Amino acid sequence: MDRYSFSLTTFAPNGKLLQIEHALAAVGNGSTTVGIKAANGVVIATEKKTGSSLIEVSSLQHMVKVCDTIGMVYSGMGPDFRVLVTSARKMAQKYRLIYMEDPPVRILVKELAGLMQEFTQSGGVRPFGVSLLLAGVDDRGPNLYQVDPSGSYFPWKATSIGKNMVNAKTFLEKRYNGDMELEDAVHTAILTLKEGFEGQMTEQSIDVGIISTIPSAQAGESTPAFSCLSPAEIKDYLSNIA
Amino acid sequence: MSIMQYNGSAMVAMVGKNCVAIAADKRLGQRALTVDTDFQKVFPITDRTYVGLPGLATDVKTLHDRFRMRVNLYKHREERTIEPKTFAHLVSHMLYERRFGSYFVEPVVAGLDKNDEPFICGMDVIGCIDWAKDFVVGGTASDNLFGMCESLWEPDLGPEDLFETISQALLSAVDRDALSGWGAVVHIITPEGVITRDIKGRMD
Repeated sequence: MDRYSFSLTTFAPNGKLLQIEHALAAVGNGSTTVGIKAANGVVIATEKKTGSSLIEVSSLQHMVKVCDTIGMVYSGMGPDFRVLVTSARKMAQKYRLIYMEDPPVRILVKELAGLMQEFTQSGGVRPFGVSLLLAGVDDRGPNLYQVDPSGSYFPWKATSIGKNMVNAKTFLEKRYNGDMELEDAVHTAILTLKEGFEGQMTEQSIDVGIISTIPSAQAGESTPAFSCLSPAEIKDYLSNIA
Repeated sequence: MSIMQYNGSAMVAMVGKNCVAIAADKRLGQRALTVDTDFQKVFPITDRTYVGLPGLATDVKTLHDRFRMRVNLYKHREERTIEPKTFAHLVSHMLYERRFGSYFVEPVVAGLDKNDEPFICGMDVIGCIDWAKDFVVGGTASDNLFGMCESLWEPDLGPEDLFETISQALLSAVDRDALSGWGAVVHIITPEGVITRDIKGRMD
């Protein structure tokens, strides 16, 4: 019994933690995800890959709202992501219970990264097979963060994770500029996904989430709020691109 | 006699024009016996947020220590100073955590937020927040303070007028309360800084 309760993540002689390398490989096989921070908001977008045309695509959820001001998406293993979603939402609500306000993005990211780090050092567990992109708005403005299985996290202006991430990043490096508005950023995000997309891209095959620093009056918001675009809204963007 | 009356205190906070004031007496007693006449009940939390803790002296000290710990942790974790409203929610949470074994303190929070807007609020011993746009009172002289504030306070007082108003309200209130008094301290919080004045009352 005791023999197997040590951490599976042990150092290789070359100083690497192989389990984490393997987790990153799992992320690299996952669907492409991009995130762009615009001047007035953040967009995150991902491919919805389906093994079969018989699957009910509408039931797949790759992108979630953690709290009003923060959204999250992943590349890698779906089931592992669900565990992190549950934890992230609980972290946000615990913060709210104390301070009556949503956590700043960096605070949530730090705590989530802390959880992922624990799974690289605890006994009887394996690291999470996902990388996350978190998009949110707080006192400091728009924020885009990436969290890796190792528990390291990075703030980005624009980035990509998953399959084709290298190509997507090169594409973003060419396209990105700091004064980009949210609308342009959504276009760029979809274009980036389209670069490495296999087959026809439709409103059913991608997920797009946005949060603007300016609350949307027509949605009746008084504070910035994250929302996933509906298939109809995505369709509009796609028709503008083609 | 309730434990809330054991040490005696008078606490008041008022909103002015672009400023807030918080004032308290300095007495520490054991029932009718005066033990100390320079007991601190108002504490700075940040440069522009103050908390007043009227009630049982032992809990005043304990809570002040715990608030300091929580605010320091907040400052290092979030790399920003806590806003008065956020701090009030933190205080409320910490009190309600002890719902069935409460600290015998009714905190008063006063400060200016990041937009220089005045903020004051009061709380009961289990952290139920009393939001106020004019003034909040606490301690053994709270009934007297209510009366004085109702008659003296008016909207949009400048720092100096606010000082005069809060001082007169407090001094008159403690004169009719045997358990508080022996001098007072007044803090006027303005966007430019905090003015702190010690005032003498009837020292008997």
